[in-house]
Amino acid sequence: MRQTWRPDLEDLSHLKHTPLHALHLSLGARMVPFAGYDMPVQYPEGVLKEHLHTRAAAGLFDVSHMGQIVVRPKSGRIEDAALALEKLVPVDILGLAEGRQRYGLFTNDESGILDDLMITNRGDHLFLVVNAACKDADFEHLKKGLGATCDVEMLDDRALVALQGPRAEAVLCELWADVASMRFMDVVEADLHDVTCIISRSGYTGEDGFEISIPVTSAVDVAQRLLEHPDVMPIGLGARDSLRLEAGLCLYGNDIDTGTTPVEAALEWAIQKSRRSGGDRAGGFPGAERILSEFANGANRRRVGLKPEGRAPVRGGAKVYADAEGKVVVGTVTSGGFGPSVDGPIAMGYVDAAQAGNGTKLYAEVRGKYLPLTVTALPFVKQTYKR
Amino acid sequence: MLKFTEEHEWLKIEGDVATVGITEHAAGQLGDLVFVELPEAGASFAKGDSAATVESVKAASDVYCPLDGEIIEVNQAIVDDPSLVNSDPQGAAWFFKLKLADPSAANALLDEAAYKELVA
Repeated sequence: MRQTWRPDLEDLSHLKHTPLHALHLSLGARMVPFAGYDMPVQYPEGVLKEHLHTRAAAGLFDVSHMGQIVVRPKSGRIEDAALALEKLVPVDILGLAEGRQRYGLFTNDESGILDDLMITNRGDHLFLVVNAACKDADFEHLKKGLGATCDVEMLDDRALVALQGPRAEAVLCELWADVASMRFMDVVEADLHDVTCIISRSGYTGEDGFEISIPVTSAVDVAQRLLEHPDVMPIGLGARDSLRLEAGLCLYGNDIDTGTTPVEAALEWAIQKSRRSGGDRAGGFPGAERILSEFANGANRRRVGLKPEGRAPVRGGAKVYADAEGKVVVGTVTSGGFGPSVDGPIAMGYVDAAQAGNGTKLYAEVRGKYLPLTVTALPFVKQTYKR
Repeated sequence: MLKFTEEHEWLKIEGDVATVGITEHAAGQLGDLVFVELPEAGASFAKGDSAATVESVKAASDVYCPLDGEIIEVNQAIVDDPSLVNSDPQGAAWFFKLKLADPSAANALLDEAAYKELVA
């Protein structure tokens, strides 16, 4: 038997630690290298139970490896920061109200995706959360693009945790903060115990939940208090991945990257009307010409959900064919695995536009066999966001 | 005779037939299994060939054929319920029975004490 990855054989001494690293070890986590950090892939309960617990009660995730960036307009006018950032993302930032958050993408001149991120209007500044593996490049990209009009600062004195699941609201309300009035994508500053945190009602699981930015000095204290609640279980990267896949959410580096465009990735919803052709501020972001043309004419391929028949998981990298003999390649699986809540294999990937309709029967190559799968609407599980 | 491999398979050898499974240590490392694929009875494998696949939520892993031989029986119970591999890896959750091409080759495998030292 051989495991696909053997972190025990690697030299891990170069890896960075989040402020919760020692807490993970004390909880018995199995640690793996991820984006330059030594991160918990699972705790003793295991990926399957962690996944199901998050959908049934509440899961606590350490996402402190992600980048937290503040963009502050030199003029003091938030509109200036919004308009400056709009030059890098095809997103309506000017129309983002104070205390609201929005999903966004950094595009490049070739219409590819440099990273995906969350953008919040915090009144006098914009607050960005970006992927760990991209954060240094994103920071340079922002300084280069916005440096003339904004001060760009990477926060290295804050941890970030996510509390996700149907009990997340009740847990936070019981412990400290009255978050019941928050809607999906609202962001507030609130005290947890005596620690001032930035709380957003968002996440990466398809569940209702919150992401909480905490000053580093209080991170362990807040995390421990959350974990003391009987409804809360610590959740590792393994279940984070299966939860987001069931929710149909992209993982940067797998499902989107510089080789995929927003329209190919089926992320049109992230580009608001004002930035599309005919909008007040149409275009004006890197790669706009091709992206807006794909809006009008469609892309040659599209990201879709893929539901394998049977029980065998189809993993990322598997080639997708139109026929059961493996003659005509029509796409590739970019993320695939087992969905514990679906209780079966699930996948997503890119297929030719002609094959992208829901219900299309395709085949994926797994260990020399061609397993049938069906193009399926995402998400695989119903999202329970509190809108 | 009970033998082990460095790849975390166990073999219970009776005459020229080995019952093969994965060790408790391996099952623990893999976590909850959600899928098992077994070879066909009648298939022949050389030592080191991938003979079966086990999958957790997160990853797929190969189970190697520990010695040269022919598959004479497989355990459908672990295909129907992969979690059996987690609950009873060195008992009810055997993978396959292998008719050994050369039973004496088993002498070169690890005994229980050596395997325990390996995973300690």
